[in-house]
Amino acid sequence: MVDESTRKTLSSIPLLQTKAGPRDKELWTTRLKEEYQALIKYVQNNKAADNDWFRLESDKTGTKWFGKCWFVHNLLKYEFDLEFDIPITYPTTAPELALPGLDGKTAKMYRGGKICLTDHFKPLWARNVPKFGIAHAMALGLGPWLAVEIPDLIEKGVITYQEKTEDAK
Amino acid sequence: MSTVEELQKKVKELEAKLAAAQGNVGPARQKIEVMSSEVVDSNPYSRLMALKRMGIVGNYEKIRELSVAVVGVGGVGSVTAEMLTRCGIGKLILFDYDKVELANMNRLFFQPHQAGLSKVDAAAGTLQAINPDVAIDAYNYNITTVDNFQKFCDTIRTGSLTGGPVDLVLSCVDNFEARMAINTACNELDQKWFESGVSENAVSGHIQFIVPGETACFACAPPLVVASKIDERTLKREGVCAASLPTTMGIVAGFLVQNTLKYLLEFGTVSHYLGYSALTDFFPSMSLKPNPQCDDAYCRARQAEVRARPVVEVATEVTEDVAPVHADNEWGISLVDENSPVDDDVSNLKLVDGVQVAYSIPVDNSTPESSTGGAVAASELSLEELMQQMKSM
Repeated sequence: MVDESTRKTLSSIPLLQTKAGPRDKELWTTRLKEEYQALIKYVQNNKAADNDWFRLESDKTGTKWFGKCWFVHNLLKYEFDLEFDIPITYPTTAPELALPGLDGKTAKMYRGGKICLTDHFKPLWARNVPKFGIAHAMALGLGPWLAVEIPDLIEKGVITYQEKTEDAK
Repeated sequence: MSTVEELQKKVKELEAKLAAAQGNVGPARQKIEVMSSEVVDSNPYSRLMALKRMGIVGNYEKIRELSVAVVGVGGVGSVTAEMLTRCGIGKLILFDYDKVELANMNRLFFQPHQAGLSKVDAAAGTLQAINPDVAIDAYNYNITTVDNFQKFCDTIRTGSLTGGPVDLVLSCVDNFEARMAINTACNELDQKWFESGVSENAVSGHIQFIVPGETACFACAPPLVVASKIDERTLKREGVCAASLPTTMGIVAGFLVQNTLKYLLEFGTVSHYLGYSALTDFFPSMSLKPNPQCDDAYCRARQAEVRARPVVEVATEVTEDVAPVHADNEWGISLVDENSPVDDDVSNLKLVDGVQVAYSIPVDNSTPESSTGGAVAASELSLEELMQQMKSM
C-alpha cells in the first residue's frame, strides 16, 4: 500500500464533493473550483513543509492542464514540464499525468510520456471517487513516481542537470 | 564515383521501393460487386461462402452490408481488423492516436517499415490492399478528450454504410480510461459493443459482450480479471509497464472476431463473457446481469427500458421434461434468464470460478482515507480568482 509519508500528505489535502466531469456544464465549474481550492491548499502545505515541488494551471475550460514539477537530488534541482487532459470519464477515471520531456527515456511510461502508476493507484482512486481530485493524483501518483524514477534516471545518465537562472521559490 | 545515369537509375529504384512500401502500387485485385460462392482459385470469398453450403451460416453475404468500429488498433485491434477485412466486412471504422513503433514488432500485423506512421493510416493501407471491397475510415485521435469524444459519438451514431449507427463497436484499447469512454458512449447511444483485453503480464485475456441494459456494462462492476495463478508478490514490475505476447493477443482477437461474426451473422451462441488464462489453458465463461446501482445513469436508464419491454419476444419451446438435461455440470455453465425481474442483491454480480474483480469498492459513503484537510467548502471566490491565485503562488 501507500507509504506513511504519502498517506500523511494525502490526508491533509481537502477532499472534493462534486461528482462532475467536463461534459457536465455548470456542475463542472463547481468541481473545477473545488479542484483549484484543493490544489492551492496542497501547494500551501508543501511550501509550509519546505517541500514545494510543482505548479499547475489550466485553460479556461479546465480540461487542459500544464505546468512544471521539480525534484531535488544531491542539492541539484531537476525540472520537468507536466501536462495532462481531463478525460470525459473524469472523475471516475484519474487524469493521466504526463512528462513529455521524458518520453522514451524510461520504460515506466506509456506513449506520450504518461507515467506508469503502481497497482495501488487505480484501486485507491476508484474507492475515493469523487473525493479525490488532481491534487490527490499529484500526491499519490506523480510524487512517488518522481521519487523512484528520477534518482534512477540521473544515476543512469539519462537526464543531466541543466543550469537555471530563475528560482521557482 | 557514380555517373549521373547510375544515380538516376538508383533514384528510380528507390522511388519504386518507397511507393511499394507506402502501398501506392494500387489494389492487387479489382473490387468485387457481389460475393460469389463459385469455388475457383481466383474467388477470395469461396471458402467463406462455403459456410452457407455447409449450413453453418444462413446468409453470409449479409456481412457486406454491415459496419464495425474498431477502437484501438494495437496488438488486438489490428488483428481484429485484419480478420474482419478478410471476412469481407462491409465497412470498418478505425480509431487510434498512436504511432507504429519498433517496440510493437513482437505483435502481429504491423511491419518494421511502417514505424513512424500513424497506426490507423498504416492499418488502413494494408487492409485496403488485402481487400479493396471493404470501406475503411480511419480516425487518428484520442477519444477520451472532450472535443474528440463528441466526434467519436457522432461517428458511431452515423458511421454505417447507410448513414445509421454502426452494427457493433469493438473495444481493443489498452487502458481503463478509453474503455470507460467507450462504455459511456455506448450506454448513451444504446449501442451494442464488445470489450476485450489482455492483462499487463500478457498471460490472460477476456472478451465481454455488452448490450446496454441487458448485460453488465463496463461500469457495473470494478474491472474483471482472470485469475492467472501467479502470486502478485512474485510478479516483478521492475523497469517495465507492460509485457505482451503475439499469442495471447492473437487468441483474444480470434475470440473477439469469432463472437462478432456469430452475433452479426446470427449463428451459434454469443459469449457474454469469455476469459482466457494462458498458464493453465483455462477458459471461464459466464453471463453478467447489469448492476441496478450502476454508476452510469444511462446504464440504469437502459435497464429500465429493458424491464419495461414486453416479455413476449422470446418464443420458448415448451418441454415437459423437468429432469436436468445434464446431471453433472463439469464446466459450471449456467443459463441466466434475461426476463426474470432483477433481484435486490446489491452487487448482483455472480462471477464464475477463475474470474474476480480487480478491486472492491466500498458501498457506504464514508471516507475510507481519513482526511484531516476536511472537504473543500464552497469558495466565495470565483473560478477566475482561484485560477489567478494558483497562478501567482
